[in-house]
Amino acid sequence: MDLAILWFVIIAILWTGYLVLEGFDFGVGMLLSVLPRGDAKHREKERRVLVNTIGPVWDGNEVWLLTAGGATFAAFPEWYATMFSGFYIPLLIILLGLVARGVAFEYRGKISDPVWARRCDLAIQAGSWIPAVMWGVAFGNLVRGLLLDDGYQYVGGFWALLNPFALLGGLTTASLFLLHGAVFIALKTDGDIRRRAARLASGLSVVALVVAGGWAIWAQLAYSVSWTWGAVVVAAGCLVGVVVATRARREGIAFTLSAVTIVAAVVLIFGSMFPDVIPAVDGGQALSVAEASSTDYTLTIMSWVALFLTPLVIAYQSWTYWVFRRRLSTRDIPAPAGLSWQKIKDAAF
Amino acid sequence: MDALALARWQFAITTVYHFIFVPLTIGLAPLVAGMQTAWVVTQKERWLRLTKFFGKLLLINFALGVVTGIWQEFQFGMAWSEYSRFVGDVFGAPLAMEALAAFFVESVFLGVWIFGWDRVSKKIHLASIWLFALATTLSAFFILAANSWMQHPVGAVYNPETGRAEMESIWAVLTNSTLWAAFPHAVTAAFLTAGTFVAGIAAWWMVRLTRSRKPEHVETARTVYRPAVLVGVWTMIIAGLGVAYTGDVQGKLMFEQQPGKMASAEALCEGEEEAAFSILSVGPLYAGCEDVRHLITIPGLASYLGTGHFSGEESYLPGVYDVQEEYTARYGDVTAAGTPVQYTPPLAITYWSFRLMIGLAAFSVALALAALWLTRKGRVSDNVWLGRLGIIALPMPFAASSFGWIFTEVGRQPWVVAPNPTGIDEIRLLTERGVSTAVPAGVILTSMIVLTVVYAVLAVVWFRLMRRYAIEGVPDVVRDESPEAQDPDDDDRTLSFAY
Ligand code: HDD
Ligand code: HEM
Ligand code: HEM
Repeated sequence: MDLAILWFVIIAILWTGYLVLEGFDFGVGMLLSVLPRGDAKHREKERRVLVNTIGPVWDGNEVWLLTAGGATFAAFPEWYATMFSGFYIPLLIILLGLVARGVAFEYRGKISDPVWARRCDLAIQAGSWIPAVMWGVAFGNLVRGLLLDDGYQYVGGFWALLNPFALLGGLTTASLFLLHGAVFIALKTDGDIRRRAARLASGLSVVALVVAGGWAIWAQLAYSVSWTWGAVVVAAGCLVGVVVATRARREGIAFTLSAVTIVAAVVLIFGSMFPDVIPAVDGGQALSVAEASSTDYTLTIMSWVALFLTPLVIAYQSWTYWVFRRRLSTRDIPAPAGLSWQKIKDAAF
Repeated sequence: MDALALARWQFAITTVYHFIFVPLTIGLAPLVAGMQTAWVVTQKERWLRLTKFFGKLLLINFALGVVTGIWQEFQFGMAWSEYSRFVGDVFGAPLAMEALAAFFVESVFLGVWIFGWDRVSKKIHLASIWLFALATTLSAFFILAANSWMQHPVGAVYNPETGRAEMESIWAVLTNSTLWAAFPHAVTAAFLTAGTFVAGIAAWWMVRLTRSRKPEHVETARTVYRPAVLVGVWTMIIAGLGVAYTGDVQGKLMFEQQPGKMASAEALCEGEEEAAFSILSVGPLYAGCEDVRHLITIPGLASYLGTGHFSGEESYLPGVYDVQEEYTARYGDVTAAGTPVQYTPPLAITYWSFRLMIGLAAFSVALALAALWLTRKGRVSDNVWLGRLGIIALPMPFAASSFGWIFTEVGRQPWVVAPNPTGIDEIRLLTERGVSTAVPAGVILTSMIVLTVVYAVLAVVWFRLMRRYAIEGVPDVVRDESPEAQDPDDDDRTLSFAY
């Protein structure tokens, strides 16, 4: 097979890894204040249950994004350069969201104070919602195409990125991640919160079916090729399956199905871009897989590296999911271990 | 300011900021791993308490290293797209390898270490922190491979058809002489930073407890903090020697590979034999080397740094003017925009950042010597000045590392990819040609302001947490939480660690 095409597939796989894994921790973050119930103390405990379901794994999930970025740089420099400079503002907003969220996860428990916890919760929620929507907007634009000049510079301007198709793409990713997160919570928790998450998941599945289904059909009719209808059908089937599986309390199956939905979405996105990495619009220039790629030498080296390291990464990352497989409930959460706000403020040598 | 100037400021601010957290993570991770190993091997509780104490500081620091690193990965494409197009075929590979080989290990095994105290066996838990520590150093290797290639391009050819650099040998890129000097230099600098950090905090605590005169406090000072001081001190001594040695190697390479950087480090106008190293200079450095007077000098030392000879013909060091002349002849005298090319970087910055990098290490030296003397033969010290010195010395290696980078990067100007005078010098790119053309100045200005403000807020939070958790001191008695030490029938226990 042509190495450039192989790398197009590998990039798609890296994005799949990212969106499936960080997809659910976005979802958990988005639901952080929605799911917890009861009095203030109990709500705080349930929030901590949610944060701890992803605490050990969120950073490893995010590295899929860094790898996708680095691999795009190495294998498709033109794509990396054109896409990232063209998406400057949306990417900046996404990255700020990821910064806020990462810091909030790590520092939330370092200070034991309700006000501090609320602020961190706010950062986690904003930092989860914003990227969840914006990734969809970005991918929507890649499916639709960007206005490039002859030097592959994006010349469409910022506002053109906010077209209806891309915006619906944003709602699509947001609804899929919400669902994926709710199913993950149902899978990883126990007690009352598990029941609530499962109930919410089955409702969200219907929402996702409408929103994502609408977007997928639009994408199919306007921008895609016929074989990706397969992915659309699979996704729709999975979303129906989630409803059934959560009702039957088979959360493992439900989680697999919501993950497959996201895989199908990536297949649709990359399938409709191919053979371009950035399709043309309005008579502009397209950037094709062949034009964007690195030399065969670089691609060969990178193929060997990916061949050896990717399975290894998948192996040890899966192992950590197994290590932290135990369901969490409010009973497992120890007393807060952080220092009090007063102590932090009074610090003096 | 135009987009170029803004993009440069933004890169400098965000990268130097990222590198505040980096050296401490790289250096402290193996030290914490060492402390935990000491606990597992000797079963002495003090090592577990120290592991918990410095481990917490490591985690607070690591969080900011991670979130600021994400921006780094993307800003090449966002703000430096033309640079990315030019170098991507070569430069992208080490970046991708860094993520696949190092970042995954780092983040996954740190997760196991943080949350795994009661869930994996003692051995696996210990292995996790060692893997994490190794991966931080490995990530430094790959990112420095990328950076060294910009300083000294090897293993690649210039393709005139596409106007890009293309990789010919990954082996050459990964065995770049510049890399094999910069990598040990940056890593030993990181150990110096972490050693000073551990010794500084532990010395302050030792003095504080000893002065309280309460027997149980003096006992803690002796059994817990004194060993930590010694761990820090010996790390500093070994790392300090390493830094000086590898820095010397770098000087020699720089003389061959970037003569302009060497000349501007010394603010030398005309070439000289037996060039002196000045410790203090006065005069308008910002205006050039012309009216600068070197006040305190060490004869022949600058020549030695660059050439390995103090005097004689071989000690000849070219000056700023020689380099300007030679580069003008070789690479042209006007830019694409028609302005004359200045092949001399800003002298005030290169001259002083080089001296500050080296000079600030004096604080670590002072701390190491004082601490060694005052803790000799099993003593604990109640000398307030030792405690103060510990705190004063603590930030200095951080600053020295920043100045090292500022020197390396500013000294490379006007190039972003410096031509390799001993290899194929067609691979070269002026910084002004690397900036994104599709991004308006206003957008970069906005992002620079937003990032600076966000980073400033985070710096305040980071600093307060680090300071307060350092003042908390080692936790009293720490129970063994490992699965081996637990009652297997107890299903109701809470997690030993949770956010
Ligand atoms: C000498 C070492 C060194 C240097 C020069 C840099 N970094 Fe760095 N970086 C590290 C050493 C490091 C580290 C020690 O591996 C960090 C610091 C704290 C941490 O979490 O890992 C890290 C974190 C880190 C992360 C987050 C990784 C994660 O999520 O686990 C990214 C994406 C980058 N870096 C990217 C960069 C880029 C693109 C740089 C170039 C401009 C750069 N770093 C300079
Ligand atoms: C792989 C690692 C690195 C790469 C690829 C890299 C690349 C660059 C690039 C593209 C620029 C912009 C052009 C310029 O203005 O000079 C730059 C500037 C700069 N970099 Fe680096 N850099 C790296 C690491 C670092 C680190 C770790 C630091 C310091 C902590 C640093 C400090 C600076 C500074 C201070 C500038 C501004 C210089 C100036 O504008 O005059 N760099 N670097
Ligand atoms: C005898 C002392 C030292 C000498 C002779 C020395 C020499 C050098 C030289 C020549 C460079 C520039 C390399 C280049 O541009 O190609 C450099 C860079 C650097 N120095 Fe030093 N240095 C010394 C001490 C220190 C100390 C104490 C620190 C920090 C604790 C430090 C941290 C750095 C860093 C982070 C860089 C940039 C990265 C790199 O190129 O490795 N150096 N040093």
